[in-house]
Amino acid sequence: MNHGTAADATAGYNFAYLDEQTKRMIRRAILKAVAIPGYQVPFGSREMPLPYGWGTGGIQVTAAVIGPHDVLKVIDQGSDDTTNAVNIRRFFRATTGVATTERTTEATLIQTRHRIPETPLAEGQILVYQVPIPEPLRWLEPSEAETRRMHALAEYGLMHVKLYEDISRHGKIATTYDYPVRVNGRYLMRPSPIPKFDNPKMDRNPALQLFGAGREKRIYAVPPHTPVKSLDFEDHPFEVQTWDRCCAFCGATDSFLDEIVTDDRGGRMFVCSDTDYCRGRREQAHAAPAPVEKATA
Amino acid sequence: MYVAVKGGETAIENSWKLLAETRRGDPAVPELSLAQIAGQMPLAVARVMGEGSLYDPGLAALAIKQASGDLVEAIFLLRAYRTTLPRIAVSLPLDTSRMALRRRISATFKDLPGGQILGPTYDYTQRLLDFSLAADESGAQATRAGSAAEPVPDAMPRVADLLGDEGLLEAEIPPAGDPEPADLTREPLDFPAARAARLQNLARGDEGFLLALGYSTQRGYAWNHPFSGEIRMGEAAVEIVPEELGFAIDIGEITVTECQMVNQFAGAAGKPPQFTRGYGLVFGASERKAMAMALVDRALRARELSESAGSPAQDEEFVLYHSDNVEASGFVQHLKLPHYVDFQSELELIRKLRAAAGAKDEAA
Repeated sequence: MNHGTAADATAGYNFAYLDEQTKRMIRRAILKAVAIPGYQVPFGSREMPLPYGWGTGGIQVTAAVIGPHDVLKVIDQGSDDTTNAVNIRRFFRATTGVATTERTTEATLIQTRHRIPETPLAEGQILVYQVPIPEPLRWLEPSEAETRRMHALAEYGLMHVKLYEDISRHGKIATTYDYPVRVNGRYLMRPSPIPKFDNPKMDRNPALQLFGAGREKRIYAVPPHTPVKSLDFEDHPFEVQTWDRCCAFCGATDSFLDEIVTDDRGGRMFVCSDTDYCRGRREQAHAAPAPVEKATA
Repeated sequence: MYVAVKGGETAIENSWKLLAETRRGDPAVPELSLAQIAGQMPLAVARVMGEGSLYDPGLAALAIKQASGDLVEAIFLLRAYRTTLPRIAVSLPLDTSRMALRRRISATFKDLPGGQILGPTYDYTQRLLDFSLAADESGAQATRAGSAAEPVPDAMPRVADLLGDEGLLEAEIPPAGDPEPADLTREPLDFPAARAARLQNLARGDEGFLLALGYSTQRGYAWNHPFSGEIRMGEAAVEIVPEELGFAIDIGEITVTECQMVNQFAGAAGKPPQFTRGYGLVFGASERKAMAMALVDRALRARELSESAGSPAQDEEFVLYHSDNVEASGFVQHLKLPHYVDFQSELELIRKLRAAAGAKDEAA
């Protein structure tokens, strides 16, 4: 097994691994996706040297749009240093030699799994999502032929019924991540498993948002400044998660917090899931409160 | 300070080192050579080539070695390599009636032109562990099967062709214009899928998955009265027509196993009762897979033949979307990746719902 340096491991491979014909095929799918916001474009997804379900869709999209002057950031669960993010960043460093960064503001291209950075994105940036299951109606209707027909007819009543059933059973909508959105008033879209906390960030975002599902062979997109609305009801408006405490490291009260188990006696600590955001705040010397609290049920 | 999310890079490098060490095993034992794997584990190599969609025994042996014998991992390695290769040409259809046969059996006729040829098969072995194989290689000199067997005729008619002559078996006619078949490695599946696309999917599909589905058709989930019309294994020539030549040239031969299942069909409006076919073709000697493939192929033709189609093996989307073990293995195992954020979201919800339920109980 050759796990050597970038130079010898990737000799003989094209820039960003994929050959130019494949990149062109993917770019055409992306252009179509941008032209029809939220519509899932089938594409000839390739077998990648990373396993399906581990970001092959996002990797193919990134490989198709990345250029030598891009600055790449890769996050998983909001963090640059989780093993899968490290692995994908290493893959692109080896196959493209582009600069990589952990700072959201410095990146031109960000590949993500399960989060949107807390730092607002800017015009010109591209956010690439790794998508496991692109079809928002999949749990309600297993047949692809049928869900494609439902999209064609904009027949989304089933999803509203599902959300309504949540409310009648639990008193609230019990979907906490991968919360369905309507893009540009037309297509129902699955935002990939980001927490619903991140859904509002998709709305009219100045960055280009691209979604790649490798195993399911679909690409979709939200162009800059496109309206993205989380489904809800007039009497049950969409709401995001809140915490009654702040980040133990940086004191942030406006970020998504991960809960960390600190001992076997109920000790818990809450810290920012977005590690770059957290570090940025600490560098600006925001005081941190006492780190460990008891969890409350 | 909480540090578990830091240090991914070093941890990954260390896991590679441990993996290499585990793969090599006891350094006092000689390392496996690719020639040994390709030569002495031909059935493992065949499976990796078939499901890896790349006919190359040397690379398949390398993949098996690199994967420590995990065949699904080896298939993945071979696929990831295959995807980087250009597609140079499309071959002419294999002519399996002109295969150099090493095995040929029919369960439908006692004797037939060309006869039955058992060839190398485990079918009639007593499944007793052969401890002579455990003795060191020195003693066990391979017995050569001496060419006792009578020579096999060059061309041997296929059973399906014999039945077809009488009109008892449906004819298999290429679609109008004989279009180039779909290539699932380039184009995503589309439903309803053409039979050529289905067969390609099944040929690449996981042997275990197809075996279970084929088995299910025999136990009442899509019963269609199968007979093994013919199973043949041997070497078939691959031919292409280069544009600049305009005629077919032989570019080599591949070992394949072909299974023609013959199934009952009661007839339908405008169609007299007739035998129908299920088809299986796989690289190498791999009868179990070829037979399972033929059963599933026939089950998937339910709609075309106006049969009722309520069983899993007849559900095209169910079968074709779940047959690929590289896709399945990746997605099942992606559950190992961190899901902190989703889990945190669910924790928050469950706590809120429980708090609300508790408040309701107190009020009551």
